[in-house]
Amino acid sequence: MLAELIFWTPGASTTAQQVDWLLLFLVLVCGSVGLLVAVLLFYFCIRYRRGRVPKELPPTKKPLLLEWGWTLAPLGPFAVMYVWGAHVYLTAYTPPPDATPTYVVAKQWMWKFQHPEGQREINTLHVPVGQPVKLLIISEDVIHSFFVPAFRIHMDALPGRYTSVWFQATQEGTYHLFCSQYCGTDHAGMTGQVIAMKPADYQKWLNFESDGSLALRGRQVFLKYRCLSCHSTNAHARAPVLEGLFGKSVPLKDGRVVKADDGYIRRSILKPSDQIVAGFDDVMPPFEGQITEEEIIAASAYIQSLEPGGTPSRVEDYPPPTKTPAIKSEDIDHAK
Amino acid sequence: MPSEVLVKPILRRRPPQVEHNYLNASRGMASWLLTKDHKRIAILYLIPITAMFFIGALYMALVRIHLMTPTGLLLSPDAYNKSFTAHGVIMVFFFLVPVVPAVLGNFCLPLMIGAKDLAFPRLNLLSWYLYMFGAIWAMTAILAGGVDTGWTFYTPYSSQSSHYNVALTMVGVVIAGFSSLATGLNFIATIHWLRAPGMSWFRLPMFVWTLYATSFIFLLAVPVLAIALILVIVERVFGIGIYDPALGGDPLLFQHLFWFYSHPAVYIMILPGMGIVSEVIPCFARRELFGYKFVAFASFGIAWLSFFVWAHHMFVAGISAYSALVFSALSFMVAIPSAIKVFNWTATLYKGSITFEAPMLFCLGFVALFTFGGMTGLFLATLGVDMHVHDTYFVVAHFHFIMVGGMVIAYMGGLHYWWPKMTGRMYSQWWSKLAALIIFIGFFLTFLPQFVLGYNGMPRRYHHYAPEFQAWNVLSTAGSSILGVGYLLPLFYLPYSLRHGPRAGSNPWRATGLEWQTPSPPPRDNFEVTPIVVRGPYQYPQGKAQHEP
Repeated sequence: MLAELIFWTPGASTTAQQVDWLLLFLVLVCGSVGLLVAVLLFYFCIRYRRGRVPKELPPTKKPLLLEWGWTLAPLGPFAVMYVWGAHVYLTAYTPPPDATPTYVVAKQWMWKFQHPEGQREINTLHVPVGQPVKLLIISEDVIHSFFVPAFRIHMDALPGRYTSVWFQATQEGTYHLFCSQYCGTDHAGMTGQVIAMKPADYQKWLNFESDGSLALRGRQVFLKYRCLSCHSTNAHARAPVLEGLFGKSVPLKDGRVVKADDGYIRRSILKPSDQIVAGFDDVMPPFEGQITEEEIIAASAYIQSLEPGGTPSRVEDYPPPTKTPAIKSEDIDHAK
Repeated sequence: MPSEVLVKPILRRRPPQVEHNYLNASRGMASWLLTKDHKRIAILYLIPITAMFFIGALYMALVRIHLMTPTGLLLSPDAYNKSFTAHGVIMVFFFLVPVVPAVLGNFCLPLMIGAKDLAFPRLNLLSWYLYMFGAIWAMTAILAGGVDTGWTFYTPYSSQSSHYNVALTMVGVVIAGFSSLATGLNFIATIHWLRAPGMSWFRLPMFVWTLYATSFIFLLAVPVLAIALILVIVERVFGIGIYDPALGGDPLLFQHLFWFYSHPAVYIMILPGMGIVSEVIPCFARRELFGYKFVAFASFGIAWLSFFVWAHHMFVAGISAYSALVFSALSFMVAIPSAIKVFNWTATLYKGSITFEAPMLFCLGFVALFTFGGMTGLFLATLGVDMHVHDTYFVVAHFHFIMVGGMVIAYMGGLHYWWPKMTGRMYSQWWSKLAALIIFIGFFLTFLPQFVLGYNGMPRRYHHYAPEFQAWNVLSTAGSSILGVGYLLPLFYLPYSLRHGPRAGSNPWRATGLEWQTPSPPPRDNFEVTPIVVRGPYQYPQGKAQHEP
């Protein structure tokens, strides 16, 4: 009952359990040292209050051993706290390789989520219990922070750069989602919920009214922005083929080698000149201000899905006009 | 009994009819506004800084009342955001950072080392004008339209989308920062040049040591704050991309620069408070300060390490995991000198002859609250806990334990300790002890619930919140009203003592410091004869004499 009163947000992720154990350890260690100091303070204040003359009164000694003792003694527990804390932290920010990425776009004052399977949601995030979920987070404006107390995780959403955190829900339920980095007028309204479901229910939810996968939407983005004009399998293409690119190391013109991840793809779309692939010219126009973060994410998902031979041929999607469209009489009537 | 202590000097020495002291040395407004006397400048600081404290507290009263219901009682979201920003800006930059160095440091430092004044009296006056200018400037911006960025001014929010008087407030903060910088410079020069004959480094009172360490932080950190804030202004006014990624800047750069100042600033606030406690506890325990050199070097340890822990404010801000590991380790290191101090204060009480006047009550409260606050700092230095409680009320509670439970209470202790020296009058023992007790209880009730709120996930700076957080918020608000009463009491009994308090005599606490060997209030030039120092600062009589009243 009392425990409920002071500790009512249950840990509902694998990380949460680790954080709670760590907290318990800290409370015990710090609590006992704090209690020791408090007891000594009280005891000395009462025992040595004025009027109570102690039996022997030696002059103040300078016990160096005692000084060095309490200078060095904290190092032991500190080392344990540090290593344990670092372990929990590194685990929370190193996703397992099989974690599926879910994309998070934060803006004043809402959370937008895109699942790779195609579902999109605002301020609500559905996740399966017992499966790792990796979040790739970005902001469209100021800094926000993705915070789910029940999962004991926290990650800032930065403008201009992806950050990442992962979790694995352990219990079904609906949990708070808060923005914890102050972001303006309606900061306190930038909240939502995370709904952890049984994997089977989650699968049902994913399939419900789905309008195609994120990669499929990315394909439309790819065609909409005419990426195909250069990134084609055509022998004379002016830009690299994107098939099988994701996760590979890319040698750049200036000698650097970068890993093709979401961040690389995003930068290459917005500011292509910064990272020209070796063997190509700086001919791609920057798409900064032309394309939304959500479209970039979709395009990135599409590029991830591209397997050898998957690049569409230009003819297939946008057949060139062969003749002037005939004007129908009703169109003319309508125009009147 | 304390009252005997106070009365005896009066009986022994007939109060002279006209006593020449710094207060009556000259008359008129100009003699105050153009004074170069460090003691008068301290009084000049005391008045506006106290006013700033109560203005800052008033803003927080609005916030705490507002937070009594989940939907919020009083304020619109913008008004709420402006209120907590005003509270933070005023309290941090115009109260906590300057208060102890500018008021108590200014008054006591020359007296404690046996000097006539600070090394640069004109610079000292200039510091006051800079402070006033900065404070009025920032207050104008805050009152005219308000700032809604939080005291941390995080970019790109502060440089891009918030539309209020951000740049103006920052200018005010920078100006006040230079006031502190000049004070720091002045203190360092004074401590190096103007020590009385025989006042060797290891005979310096601990308060002087901590002011010395604080001054170095001022000197090294304030310019970085100025740079960080001026670059925000440059971005806002000229559209040059420094922090805003849309303009090609880096939003995290601001956090690095800001915390490079603002973390050491935490120690600017707490170090002089530690100095006060190191003066008061030996005096009221009639004991030499335990481990003098350890406490002195711990101050420098803290000042030095404080420059290398800034990124612990950014563990979940997308910095690399390796830098998080390094900054976590360094943050643990800074806890060690703090622990040294707590252990030494406690050990000072051992075999003492302790009395419990108001300054001692405040300082014992400090040790308890600072220990508690410092321990919760370890939770935040631990990466695995910080990633959960970051930016929640847990952090709010932690730094209020240090800033309010530590710093404000230490300042109250110092003010009560040196008040008879500053004014020549003794305040009511009964009321002052009551105030100490009320502040201590009110403080615990205000901030303990916030740890609970934080661990359960209530983020800070929320205008409205989920209903399950209400009970602890109400408790916190109730506590803050008790705390408010505690703060208001000295506002009555201290000024009352100016006219009606008994004359304090030169050394009401029978303390050993040099400042107590000159009349209260001290004469214009502090000492009639330059004192010659022949012993350490805390040579309280040992043995049976220790227990004689």
